Amino acid sequence: MKINSKAAPVSFRNVTKVYGKDVVAVDDINLEIEAGKLVTLLGPSGCGKTTTLRMIAGLEMATKGAIFIGDRDVTLLPATDRDVSMVFQSYALFPHMSVMENVSYGLGFSGFDKSETRDRARQGLELVGLKGYGGRLPSELSGGQQQRVAVARALVLEPQVLLFDEPLSNLDAKLRRQVREDIREIQQNLGLTVVYVTHDQEEALAVSDEIVVMRNAGIAQIGSPRDLYDAPADRFVADFIGEANIIPCEITSVDGDKATIDIAGFHHSLPARGLPVGAAQLAVRPTRLVLGATEGLPMEVKKATYVGSRMEYTLTAPFATLFAVSEDVDTPLDVGATVTVGLARIGPVLLAAG
Amino acid sequence: MRQLTSERTTHPVLIFWIIVGWAGFLLLPWYGIEDFFTFEWLIDGYPFDEDYAPAGFLIAQGEKLWLAPLIIPLVLSLFALGKPKTHPAFSRFLILAGALGFGWLIIQGFAIGIRGFNADWLRALFGDLDDRQFGMGYGALICAASFLFLFTQGIAARGAINGDVFVVSSIGGIVVIVTAFVFFPIAKMLTAAFITEDGGYSAEVFASKFFDDRLWGLGCLSGARCGVAWNSLFLAVLVGLITTVLGLIFALVVTRSGFRHKRALRALTVLPIITPPFVIGLALILLFGLSGSVTVFFADVIGIQPTRWLYGLPGVLIAQTLAFTPIAFLVLIGVVEGVSPSMEEAAQTLRASKWQVFKTISLPLMRPGLANAFLLGFIESMADFGNPLVLGGNFDVLSTEIFFAIVGAQYDQGKAAVLAMVLLCFTLGAFYAQRFWLGKKSYTTVSGKGDSGVHPQMPRALSIPVLALAMLWAVFTMVVYAMIFYGSVVELWGVNNTLTFKHYVTAFSFRIEEAGIRWSGAAWDSFWTTLKIAATAAPLTAIVGLITAYLLTRQTFAGKNAFEFGTMLSFAIPGTVIGVSYILAFNVPPIEITGTGIILVVSFIFRNMPVGVRAGIASMSQLDKSLDESSLTLGANSWQTFRRIILPLLRPAILAALVYSFVRAMTAISAVIFLVSAEYDMATSYIIGRVENNDYGLAIAYSTTLIFVMLAAVGAMQLIVGRTEIGRRMSQSRTNV
Repeated sequence: MKINSKAAPVSFRNVTKVYGKDVVAVDDINLEIEAGKLVTLLGPSGCGKTTTLRMIAGLEMATKGAIFIGDRDVTLLPATDRDVSMVFQSYALFPHMSVMENVSYGLGFSGFDKSETRDRARQGLELVGLKGYGGRLPSELSGGQQQRVAVARALVLEPQVLLFDEPLSNLDAKLRRQVREDIREIQQNLGLTVVYVTHDQEEALAVSDEIVVMRNAGIAQIGSPRDLYDAPADRFVADFIGEANIIPCEITSVDGDKATIDIAGFHHSLPARGLPVGAAQLAVRPTRLVLGATEGLPMEVKKATYVGSRMEYTLTAPFATLFAVSEDVDTPLDVGATVTVGLARIGPVLLAAG
Repeated sequence: MRQLTSERTTHPVLIFWIIVGWAGFLLLPWYGIEDFFTFEWLIDGYPFDEDYAPAGFLIAQGEKLWLAPLIIPLVLSLFALGKPKTHPAFSRFLILAGALGFGWLIIQGFAIGIRGFNADWLRALFGDLDDRQFGMGYGALICAASFLFLFTQGIAARGAINGDVFVVSSIGGIVVIVTAFVFFPIAKMLTAAFITEDGGYSAEVFASKFFDDRLWGLGCLSGARCGVAWNSLFLAVLVGLITTVLGLIFALVVTRSGFRHKRALRALTVLPIITPPFVIGLALILLFGLSGSVTVFFADVIGIQPTRWLYGLPGVLIAQTLAFTPIAFLVLIGVVEGVSPSMEEAAQTLRASKWQVFKTISLPLMRPGLANAFLLGFIESMADFGNPLVLGGNFDVLSTEIFFAIVGAQYDQGKAAVLAMVLLCFTLGAFYAQRFWLGKKSYTTVSGKGDSGVHPQMPRALSIPVLALAMLWAVFTMVVYAMIFYGSVVELWGVNNTLTFKHYVTAFSFRIEEAGIRWSGAAWDSFWTTLKIAATAAPLTAIVGLITAYLLTRQTFAGKNAFEFGTMLSFAIPGTVIGVSYILAFNVPPIEITGTGIILVVSFIFRNMPVGVRAGIASMSQLDKSLDESSLTLGANSWQTFRRIILPLLRPAILAALVYSFVRAMTAISAVIFLVSAEYDMATSYIIGRVENNDYGLAIAYSTTLIFVMLAAVGAMQLIVGRTEIGRRMSQSRTNV
């Protein structure tokens, strides 16, 4: 016997969730999640990402709109009836049951007989590397182990969709990388549909097939990690996924898909992304600023901070204050010095003004 | 793939309730029989005898034809079978069946009583009915339950609360029983205040009773006697103030002083739970009564003439203060501990002296708690019946006045009802103030984050008087309790002080005969009854309380605030009011249970339910909500979640609720005294009877025995609860009794 996947797509159609009378948690969103993909809901706290996740689970009911899992309309189904399982932020392991009982709990309601339940539960524990821990109480496990029990408990039900609600937030920094890789590996090996909520952009970039950035109860942008990082749709996304310097600029001419911009007299050419001639903004990652370039903007070094693996600089000029990172830690720039700041060939993107 | 409950066409729960409904209608005796728990009826003419026949047989024999319409909803419910829940007809048939059945049961129950039609206009409309009916029995009750739960399943199928049958049914069940046993009797009592001697209704009667001088007279300002309402109010305010101050003193000693025997002080909080309320009064008589030891001592040594000063306001005040200070202590210790130490430490680092910290930070933060303790003391004093009865003398208060209006020679239901209304207004006012004025103002700062500070000690100028007062009071309490024990082993208090076990023998002697043990002592009857009733009421109280707590903490539904208010309301209804309203409401059909053990059990359930609810809420809010949610996402329904996750984790709270309601049922007197009958006499009312006959020895011996029995119960519980700790999480969720 092997744990299989019954991965199904999830679809949100004009879904709105209102708490009480007028607190809009999710505002008219449309979302298609492909089967077998790991999709992350990312956003600052209060953006509606957890509410969205809980609506997939059936722990919150949509106020308007329809939710589909596979071909079935589950909008009105309670959590019990949905073929979805969830790994909670607090793990929510039942403290009065052993690890084995915890993992078997859901199987008991799914119509498996005793021996099959036991086999599947054992299989699940083996999959997360906790073979032989079945007899312990959750309180006798470390945080990372508890986490894995929670994953096993959800996995053994072979759900159509597996949900993770900030699963790493209770782990220390070193374990996080490990667990995140484990989750991704299991997801890919079994081909599960996973919806994953986090507010940590690095975590999202690392595990996702696709990231849904949410803001103020709506969706700001959907895309692959590279899309979001290299081509953010707006200033919010640019700033939320990794840091970005936003520099006001002027598009002087557009030629096909190439635009030429002017920043305080410095000219640069890059993809136009459909923007017309006129005021615009340029988003540049700190690593994509070239310090000491032959061509660029003269700026003054305001602060220089040594953080071990690199140097961090704050640069000022009348038109902007920029944050830049340099790999060169051996010959740092002096505070007060003037440096020519150039733009890397790829990386900087144009955004609409405002 | 999970099976969908919404697409199934067989519903075991539905089938169960339909069968139950038919069984109640066709198999079980419809009307109440003399003793609810005997099964004599099975061999005594069942199923054709009119008294024992099920409704189906009655109708078939051409009797009680007004029960015939009930067949319609019973048949209607069958149409829902074999349909999926999402089918519109499913919910329509169930709602219709439930509403029709339940509604008709109520209508016919109130319309037709032991003298035929209950109302004149019915008689005018249909002519005299030559038939009559008694209170509901097994059959009627079970049918009613069946209709109710068919109705709730119908509502659930329409999508209420996500279609959750367990939750909807629980809400329905609790609303119905609270309505039947809290609101209905109170409403009945209120109407009784308007009934004239010849059975009509008149506001004049009410007014004359309400504005009676005995109730509101202000004679005491000019040397005469005041009205009972003023007496009660004055006493309650005094008791509230004094118990709050004393409670605060104890709380400060325990949390903010170097005092070493803190555990002993904490043990004080158990006392009011295990002490029957009037016992303190008895002990005071032994100390300060006409032939009390202190009185006699002063008379002998200094030559002060013994007086009856104790009987009246002073005696009742002392007794109630002794009895209720531990309650204030229990409230305030939580409040005083709840003030975050880091706030006090912050104030200290901002250069406030200890005294300034106490005055500007600690005390203001405790203010809502102080008001809370005051209101509790106020309510308890208002509701107290035992102490004023024993010590009141000429100082009449509302609760005793109600009793004498019903039991005395005057037998005036209307007057009792008016008095009860006044009492109810006072306690409800205090309850309302507590909930809506204080409820939002809790400053206690228990956040999930660790607060590792230490409470600073009291300033010295405060700690010395506080410690002195606390010690004085503790010693006084100990003397009082020692007196109780000592009083039970002397021949005749104040007259013949030789030691004897005579009273225990009279009360609890038994002989071992061939036929077994013969319980020949005078107290055994009431003792066994008390144990039986208390043991029956305790689990029911715990169940109702915990389900209510579950609904309040874990579910959201329309009208939840009203639901919560209704369930907590009976906390504010004094026992005497419950007693009066129960005999007014339940000595006639449709619910006819006066004089049975059931009425005692029911009164205990609804008197003690708020305690179960509070205990349940307190420990459920410690359980992370994601535990329930994860159980739900793993495919369990809400009933399975309740049973397999919540109940096991709440075991300590369940035990606490069980023992607490058991013990409270044993010590209760105020409601009980109206509801006991010759057959079902309770320990407390038996003891009060002894006191009224001046048989103090037996009364005190019996009380002492009760205290020890309950001490054993509480002790056993503490032992068991101490052991049922599961993992780390549970160690924090232990409930104090």
